[in-house]
Amino acid sequence: EFRRFSLERSKPGKFEEFYGLLQHVHKIPNVDVLVGYTDIHGDLLPINNDDNYHKAVSTANPLLRIFIQRKEDADYSAFGTDTVTRKKNVLSNVLRPDNHRKKPHIVISMPQDFRPVSSIIDVDILPETHRRVRLYKYGTDKPLGFYIRDGSSVRVTPHGLEKVPGIFISRLVPGGLAQSTGLLAVNDEVLEVNGIEVSGKSLDQVTDMMIANSRNLIITVRPANQRNNVVRNSRTSGSSGQSTESSLPSSTPNILGNLLQGEEESDEEDIIIEDSGEPQQIPKAAPASESIESLSQIELLHESTQNGFLPSSEMNLNHSTGSISMEYEVQEPGRKSLEEDGTIITL
Amino acid sequence: MRRFLRPGHDPVRERLKRDLFQFNKTVEHGFPHQPSALGYSPFLRLMAIGTRSGAIKLYGAPGVEFMGLHEENNTVMQIHFIPDQCQLVTLLDDNSLHLWSLKQQGGTSELREEHRFTLKGPPGSPPSATQVTAVLPHSSREVLYLGTESGNIFVVELPSFRVLEDRTITPEAVLQRIPEDNCNRRSCELVEALREHPKNPDQILIGYSRGLIVLWDLQNNKATHHFLGSQQLENLFWQRDGSKFISCHYDGSYSQWPVSSDNRQSEPLENTVPYGPFPCKAISKIYWQTTKNGLPYIIFQGGMPRASYGDRHSISVIHGSQQTAFDFTSRVIDFFIIFSSDPAAEFDDPSALVVLAEEELVVIDLKSAGWPAVHPPYLASLHCSAITCSHHVSNIPLKLWERIISAGSKQNIHYSSMPWPIDGGTNIAPDPPQRDLLLTGHEDGTVRFWDASGVCLHLLYKLSTVRVFLTDADPNDNMNTLGEDEWPPLRKVGTFDPYSDDPRLGIQKIYLCKYSGYLAVAGTAGQVLVMELNDEDAEHVVDHAEADLLQDQEGYRWKGHEKLKTRDGPVQFEAGFQPFVLVQCQPPAVVTSLALHSEWKLVAFGTSHGFGLFDHQQKRLVFVKCTLHPSDQLALEGPLSRVKSLKKSLRQSFRRIRRSRVSSRKRRGGGGNASEVQEANAKFDQDVLQEMELAPVQRKIEARSAEDSFTGFVRTLYFADTFLRDSSRHCPSLWAGTNGGTVYAFCLRVPPAERRMDEPVRAEQAKEIQLMHRAPVVGILVLDGRSTPLPEPLEVAHDLSKSPDMQGSHQLLVVSEEQFKVFTLPKVSSKLKLKLTALEGCRVRKVTVANFGSCKTDDYSENDLAVLTNLGDIQIISLPFLKLQIRYPCIRKEDVSGIASCVFTKYGQGFYLISPSEFERFSLSTKWLVEPRCIVDVPEVTSNNHVHKSGTENAARKS
Repeated sequence: EFRRFSLERSKPGKFEEFYGLLQHVHKIPNVDVLVGYTDIHGDLLPINNDDNYHKAVSTANPLLRIFIQRKEDADYSAFGTDTVTRKKNVLSNVLRPDNHRKKPHIVISMPQDFRPVSSIIDVDILPETHRRVRLYKYGTDKPLGFYIRDGSSVRVTPHGLEKVPGIFISRLVPGGLAQSTGLLAVNDEVLEVNGIEVSGKSLDQVTDMMIANSRNLIITVRPANQRNNVVRNSRTSGSSGQSTESSLPSSTPNILGNLLQGEEESDEEDIIIEDSGEPQQIPKAAPASESIESLSQIELLHESTQNGFLPSSEMNLNHSTGSISMEYEVQEPGRKSLEEDGTIITL
Repeated sequence: MRRFLRPGHDPVRERLKRDLFQFNKTVEHGFPHQPSALGYSPFLRLMAIGTRSGAIKLYGAPGVEFMGLHEENNTVMQIHFIPDQCQLVTLLDDNSLHLWSLKQQGGTSELREEHRFTLKGPPGSPPSATQVTAVLPHSSREVLYLGTESGNIFVVELPSFRVLEDRTITPEAVLQRIPEDNCNRRSCELVEALREHPKNPDQILIGYSRGLIVLWDLQNNKATHHFLGSQQLENLFWQRDGSKFISCHYDGSYSQWPVSSDNRQSEPLENTVPYGPFPCKAISKIYWQTTKNGLPYIIFQGGMPRASYGDRHSISVIHGSQQTAFDFTSRVIDFFIIFSSDPAAEFDDPSALVVLAEEELVVIDLKSAGWPAVHPPYLASLHCSAITCSHHVSNIPLKLWERIISAGSKQNIHYSSMPWPIDGGTNIAPDPPQRDLLLTGHEDGTVRFWDASGVCLHLLYKLSTVRVFLTDADPNDNMNTLGEDEWPPLRKVGTFDPYSDDPRLGIQKIYLCKYSGYLAVAGTAGQVLVMELNDEDAEHVVDHAEADLLQDQEGYRWKGHEKLKTRDGPVQFEAGFQPFVLVQCQPPAVVTSLALHSEWKLVAFGTSHGFGLFDHQQKRLVFVKCTLHPSDQLALEGPLSRVKSLKKSLRQSFRRIRRSRVSSRKRRGGGGNASEVQEANAKFDQDVLQEMELAPVQRKIEARSAEDSFTGFVRTLYFADTFLRDSSRHCPSLWAGTNGGTVYAFCLRVPPAERRMDEPVRAEQAKEIQLMHRAPVVGILVLDGRSTPLPEPLEVAHDLSKSPDMQGSHQLLVVSEEQFKVFTLPKVSSKLKLKLTALEGCRVRKVTVANFGSCKTDDYSENDLAVLTNLGDIQIISLPFLKLQIRYPCIRKEDVSGIASCVFTKYGQGFYLISPSEFERFSLSTKWLVEPRCIVDVPEVTSNNHVHKSGTENAARKS
């Protein structure tokens, strides 16, 4: 059902009033609904308080498209970035029902209210001294904003302590994405980039890898400050324990597969302009019969990693790293599998 | 399940890969970098060159090449062949001696190091006691005489390098028989030269640095003669009959000494300063060659008047009234004379002078009038003007090959017709499978055409684009013209000329169509020349056209160099490739990409501002496209203006550091002692180091954006006949890829042949693809319905390729520095990709389609991508499924110029520069392998020779 009505842009009023207005316009006074709008990036963002309501109105140009969903059957995952690509995945899951993962929606807060810009992932499989951070460049205008340098770190090897070359974060640009997340700091040692170890690679190589992955950068670091590390209450408490154990001894292939898949999900498509028309995203070609073998091969790889291992993630509503552990402790074991894309810091 | 499906685990494919791919560095072409020593064996007719990096290279007949590398990588100081053996000894600057030998194995000869040895003095003796200065391999082949800085001459046995201590010739023993008033202990310091008597192997001539020369009898262990020169000695040379010898000296003089049977001290027969009377530079080596007509050839290095010609690198040849001082383009390392090696011959009869200069090898024919130079079949100085780009064309049709050779032969008339005099060994390599051309573009505006079919990279033809332009140095005013009576009689020889008249002339891109003989050449100042092969000299006007790549963009100011001025009116061109049209890009930025389609008669070119298409049949510009992003100020202002200024400021700051270091040294050097200065320097170094540590190298991590610099820089251009608009009609198209990850596709309408001159060529933009990762596009390729890359223009017309499959759907392959992506056509949808950088951290620098044949079966071959990354690795990636097949480390990643210079051939070989003057050739194919295969046989004369030698020995003993 579509309704069209006007608002005074200079005086939008309070969210509560707006909510009432919506219920009135649609003649659904007693139905609980979720309100969302499409922003300039084409993303579906929620309206549930005064602030994001005002923000939504201010972005109207001049039309503001608002979507209303019944609260009981709302699709939370529709919110946020990568709406288009995620929908596609849903579709592929439907096409292969046996691969479909059930995602029970247990809502503690409203993570969908926010656009993810960074998250800590894979806590259950990483040593406590390491931190795997995912930065979502897409959807923010902020630059990634950090620098790396060569350095050396001390490792325990069979020959005793050895000084080995390493790559370190050397500078965070004020106001950049890296700094605003609070998850990376100067002198953190970079161990992996999108699942690939950096040891033995030169500074330029690591730079190129990071830039090539800049749209969806996953960096595993050994933080210089080890006091804010995640404190794990129990190793097996994770719901992803089923695969955690098998992946612990040499988890690289799984992690790699997982990260590749994750990357695939959020990878932006190239744009084509035909005959000087409008720019469009380049679609994925349906596998032609002659090349089906090679393509299915690739997809198999992704599926098996999807099934084999579910990454966990964490909430980080606060910028201070101290609160991360707090957040973790209140989490229920079952939570981890559902928030695959993790969280969350708003615009 | 997944494991089995993964690429690289298919045993059939693995076996096939072994039959297809194999990595070998096969041969080094060109002139060795920093040569440091020269040797020659008249017996083997092989020449040896040593370098400062410890390499030793042997050359004989064309195709006969050997290479060895000393483990130490030290400078090779001297090379001596063991008489009548396939062995040689090298002396390195760490005072070590190495014995190398040529051994036959599996049908070919190989150069191998057999022994190494360092002379050790008694404990406590100074290092100078054993510092080898002169080496004499004795004709008996059993011993080596080693003259040292201390004046001792050690005798070591071969091949064991055992020191025969009882046979050491000490200064004391030498001085015993010499009157004391003339000599003292110091006269015998430093052995400068050791020469065996040409007729009597029991006598050796010892020359000491201070001028004392002694003839030593090895049988009786005593000095039989001594000669006292007044000047510091440089070198010695025996005349063929052994009755006289020549000494040359530091003051630029040489003396002739008679060796009489009485024991008295001799006076020189003749003492001459050839370029006197003013002070002259040293004569460091001299030859005295006898001839049938009685007039000797006196050939010596150096000796020029110090004040006016002291900077010349000369070798003088005097023969009766003829005298020429060959003036070389770089320092002379060493030289030798090729003369009659038959020991029974009465005269030397020299035939050729072989000179190793620092940058080139020059051979002078001494038999022909005027002493012309001989064109060497190898050791070409690739860097006679710095190489700026290269282009390889495989499988040249015979017709074109012959026409290029004929054009080249007209340029080489001033060379001697003498057959190459260094002709030892036998080349047993099979004839090269095909005719290959390597074209190198140079800084001075020339393009050189090299025969790259076999082991010897040989210059076929040289093309100069300079004639089209007006330059400061007009080629007509010859600066070398010398008057008849000029003294000294200098004559410039050699081709090495690293000084460019005008850097804008530099060649940046070359494209040759081997079927039509059309050649397109583009340069630093935005000039694009289209040429045609003409077998005759011709005078004609070169048509001009301008391509304004900025089009209607306004408010931009080009701060870079101006375009080259062109010559008005008809220009005289020699036979060969003659330009008929010049397209000048505006602004005149360096041309960064070039493509020629000889069938459609179109040439496409790109710079950092955009690209254009030119119809060279109608001589009409078809279209231009500006690729600039409005915010890209850097590209607009000029060639890397800001980058340059940064470089400049860096250089200045370094200079400042150096200057302050020098001045501090001077200041302290005046009063303080040496250790204090050293300390200060050490501290300074430490400070600098610390400073560097404080500010480590950082790399910014930032996603590329459209606003980055040089996004409009056109990296690649490609012509294809494919389905651009719909799947029913294919049409000619032009594709361009930029630094910012954009691909443009233009649909072209080329009129049919019969109306080609009447109707214009039309172009219309059909597609524009923006890669989201925005990495520079380095290659574009269209695959036909069978997933085979489209053939080259005219390839099908010449029956050298199957016509492309136009039934099945075509695919587009876009290679960026970071990813390989396959898209469908005509509707562009992404089909496959391979992310290289995201996984490996390396970037694509060069990419080509190469055809690989199986070494097992003749009928199997496949097309793959040969890729060179910025880490110097070579990867082979399959088509069309983009699977990594194999990876080889090839070039050191620090060797940026080596990586930048790499070219692949169509059949899985490649070349890259290992120094400014040398190409390394490598092969990725099991089937196409060009490498030296040669045999050096010990000539039959050995036994006769030996008999002869022992005969003279007996004779000498009797007397």
